[in-house]
Amino acid sequence: MAVDPMVLAAITAMAGATYFTRIAGFWLVRRVRLRGPLAGALAAMPGSILVALIAPTVLTTGPAESGAALVTVLLAWRLPPLIAIVGGVASVVALRALIG
Amino acid sequence: MTADDSGPASAPVTSWRGEAAAALRAVVPAAVSMVPFALLIGFLARQNGLSTAEALLMSAMVFAGSAQFVALDLWTWPVPVASLALTAFIINARHILMGAAVMPHIAGWRARQAYPALFFLADEIWALSMARAGAAPLRLSYYAALAAPFYLTWVTMTTLGHLMGAAIRDPARFGFDFAFTAIFLVILSALWRGKGTLWPWLASAATAVTVWYLVAGPWYILAGGVAGAAVGALQGVRDDGG
Repeated sequence: MAVDPMVLAAITAMAGATYFTRIAGFWLVRRVRLRGPLAGALAAMPGSILVALIAPTVLTTGPAESGAALVTVLLAWRLPPLIAIVGGVASVVALRALIG
Repeated sequence: MTADDSGPASAPVTSWRGEAAAALRAVVPAAVSMVPFALLIGFLARQNGLSTAEALLMSAMVFAGSAQFVALDLWTWPVPVASLALTAFIINARHILMGAAVMPHIAGWRARQAYPALFFLADEIWALSMARAGAAPLRLSYYAALAAPFYLTWVTMTTLGHLMGAAIRDPARFGFDFAFTAIFLVILSALWRGKGTLWPWLASAATAVTVWYLVAGPWYILAGGVAGAAVGALQGVRDDGG
């Protein structure tokens, strides 16, 4: 159960770098007035980041992943989030078994 | 004065209990989906020669799944401290954008609340916070009830993964690798605000896929986010011009 000093140094450095990324955007944007283009950019950012996070998986992995993504969105349109998520995961398992 | 001690600032409809209950309901799918990955990270830490205490410390202090995953992939002895820190920074650079995006919704929090809270700004916590902010004011009680169970699950499950060792299975076996995509898709559906939303998202998707093909590493996330924000900025100029 020992903690090596170099491992602790690495973990601390990783933690510091990570924490910096988590506060930097908040710290910076807090200091500027949000209007016009900056307000527009900030409003578009949440959706855009989420789209970027999933785009390679959804669009390039294969028909099973693309199909399951479509199923998830259709379920999310009318049904509670949990059902859409479970349905999405179930459909990716089924589609992978069917079409690979 | 009444017996109600909730204070003048609290809105009449939302108690902190109500906020916490709603947050707990929202975070369960993300916390459950994370378990196989947490177990896998613990197992990888063990394979790379980290002790149980070190695996626990890494999860508790860094609290960033993808950065920990890549760090363990790069891990060598003696430990390359500087390159691990740089890797963590590059992988987590997307959080700079996320912190900027969440700012208007937590601007009312005190600095001594906001800065500790931002330690917990993992992708899922951020996304669920943004989803909440689209429907109701984002309160600290809601955010805390998102972050606490997610964080505790992460730390305990990575530790458990280290202890279990070789019993760990590949998350893709049961489609768990798709769970986060499904969660983010569901949150995206909630962020949809009609046709104006479409253009930034299309720009982001096209940019992300292009960069993903061309550049190794996580740059596609930043590139897509910036492209979408640029389109949003153009929309902002147009709105401002009337």
